[in-house]
Amino acid sequence: MAETLFYFLVYPGLLFAGVVGGLLSWFDRKVTAQVQFRKGPPLLQPFYDFLKLLLVKETILPARGAKITFLIAPVLGLFGATTAASFILLPMFNINIGFEGDVMVIFYLLTIPSLMYIIGALASGNPLASVGASREIKLIVSYELTFLLFFAAVILKADQAMRMSQIIQIQAQATPFIGSISGVLLLIVGLFCTQAKLGMVPFDIAEAETEISEGSFIEYSGTVYAMVKLTKYIMLFILPALMVAFLMSGFNLEGTGIVWAILKVLAVVLLLTLIRNTNPRLKVKQAMRFFLIGMNALVIIAIVLTYLGL
Amino acid sequence: MANQKIIPVGPYHPLQEEPELFKLYCEGETVRDIKWETGYNHRGIEKLSESKTFEQVFFLVERICGICSTSHPFAFANCMEEIAQVEPPDRAKYIRSIVGELERLHSHYLWLGLAGHFLGYNTVWMWAWKYREPILDLFEIISGNRNSYAMFKIGGVRRDVTGDQIALARKTMSDLKKKNDLLTGAVMDDPVIHARTKGVGVLTREDVMDYAAVGPTARASGWDIDVRRDDPYAAYDMVEWKVITAPEGDVFAKAQVRLLENYESIKIIEQCLDGLEKEPEGDTEVKVREIPEGIGTGRAEAPRGEVFHFVKTDGSNSPVRHKIRAPSYVNIATFRKSCVGQTISDATISLAAVDPCYCCTERMAFAYDWHTGRKIYDGNQLVELSKQKTQQIIKNNA
Repeated sequence: MAETLFYFLVYPGLLFAGVVGGLLSWFDRKVTAQVQFRKGPPLLQPFYDFLKLLLVKETILPARGAKITFLIAPVLGLFGATTAASFILLPMFNINIGFEGDVMVIFYLLTIPSLMYIIGALASGNPLASVGASREIKLIVSYELTFLLFFAAVILKADQAMRMSQIIQIQAQATPFIGSISGVLLLIVGLFCTQAKLGMVPFDIAEAETEISEGSFIEYSGTVYAMVKLTKYIMLFILPALMVAFLMSGFNLEGTGIVWAILKVLAVVLLLTLIRNTNPRLKVKQAMRFFLIGMNALVIIAIVLTYLGL
Repeated sequence: MANQKIIPVGPYHPLQEEPELFKLYCEGETVRDIKWETGYNHRGIEKLSESKTFEQVFFLVERICGICSTSHPFAFANCMEEIAQVEPPDRAKYIRSIVGELERLHSHYLWLGLAGHFLGYNTVWMWAWKYREPILDLFEIISGNRNSYAMFKIGGVRRDVTGDQIALARKTMSDLKKKNDLLTGAVMDDPVIHARTKGVGVLTREDVMDYAAVGPTARASGWDIDVRRDDPYAAYDMVEWKVITAPEGDVFAKAQVRLLENYESIKIIEQCLDGLEKEPEGDTEVKVREIPEGIGTGRAEAPRGEVFHFVKTDGSNSPVRHKIRAPSYVNIATFRKSCVGQTISDATISLAAVDPCYCCTERMAFAYDWHTGRKIYDGNQLVELSKQKTQQIIKNNA
């Protein structure tokens, strides 16, 4: 029990994933700043942001919203993200080997934060938040199918292994999946799904600062918003980590392997950052078309190629 | 309209830098109707102007707008010179055109950056504003200020542009041409920008004529109007350039018109610099001792469209009546055509596409009794009225 709690709360769960996620968030902001001829924030800025929200800023509740739901939603979202972090990172750090079918559990856990954002937004009773929530729903409907097919394709490539540790092991013994044509296609699909899950441009449709002023999150402030921020940090770590596990043979933590592990995650985050800095925001209809037609076609091609052994 | 909800854009909203309120009446994501409230920023400039001397009015009208801060003095100078029947020397005309076009350049870059930001494309925002910076530096070197240049006076300009400054201006312009190529390419060839802006917020030629829209808003809908060519002032009839138009009327066309206008502005500035080198240095003004009684109108093409000034004088040293019409005053009205029927995403970029400037357009109305001619409300009564309204709102929300 104590061990489980340690995994969940400290390493590799809440604390570890949160800290690494914060550092990755700094990396994202720093690279963005460099692209835009700016200086960028200091290394610890994400943590200052988080602590300020957590400890200093007051929490304002919407007068006409459903207050309990409004408050609980971000906590449950954080809970989902942390659990997903444990399930993804435990096999990746060779702490335990997980269980048969944990890949599907991870898939469902990763949808919890988005669902909680929707519930929280609707509970706030703000018209802008409700627009944000409806956009988030449309976005989930479009990218979840692609994300599921992405999982299916990876499982197929790993000889139908449904266990994280096995998927990593198969790649470690032979070649990483990214070394094949279908693997490259899957990386593209995975990156765009990650982008959408993280709510980054071009898929920051539900937040859309200049249209609906942060949409789903407009009413959040103080401690509760700190929960949202922490959830985002954790997601920014575990989704790229998932890409690394699925396509780049996970982490090898012996000797110089640690450097490689860090470089792999940074490379994925760098790609995400570059996509977000070279595109304007899509409209929700365009995003739906992008996933339902374009990305689904791509992932199905990848599955066919997998069958052909490419 | 039971299932319509109001999406407010304002009074303070990340989309616009100034206070204004647009109420989008939406069904789902579709905008069915739009209403707007401006007037948060009224400063009584026209009334203030009547208490200033003509020299002081230049500094006053310069502060109407922070971005096109030279277009109002430009129009006012044209207006006063019509009353005083003076013609500024050629050197002054060239300098005026240079200042006017530099302002157009920096204003268009500012808009381009903001449009990028509104689309969530922050890289375009930062790049455009970085490239705008040398123009502001040039302004600082020529006039001492990045904005509000105080260059204009009746009969000429207050400062000369000489030797080193001309060389620097030439260098800035040749650098800017390359940067403009880069930005134009980045915006015109980006498929995602096409997807977001083409066919969005379309204003037909009839629409812009109905609403009497001006500037790039009108030109992007194929209405070929430009005060610089139609009613030449300063040095605009002494140099070669052309008016840019586009037929589509959507947001993309508006961006296209502005980006291509940048090339024309650079062209005008370079020719004006040639002109400056031929004219004798220091010949920047004709002295005007007295403003006779009369009326005058002055027009100038601001970056956002035509600025119109009307002044009535009575032989004293200040205006009796000073009427100003800024371009956003007419351009804002086109929102009813461009936003209704669009989604919220499209409506917000359509709102930004005319490059609205609210502080230019704020007006105040007095109510007079038709029969007695008495003011129904004076200033104090209006203040009292607004206090009562505040109390009422507080009571309603208690």
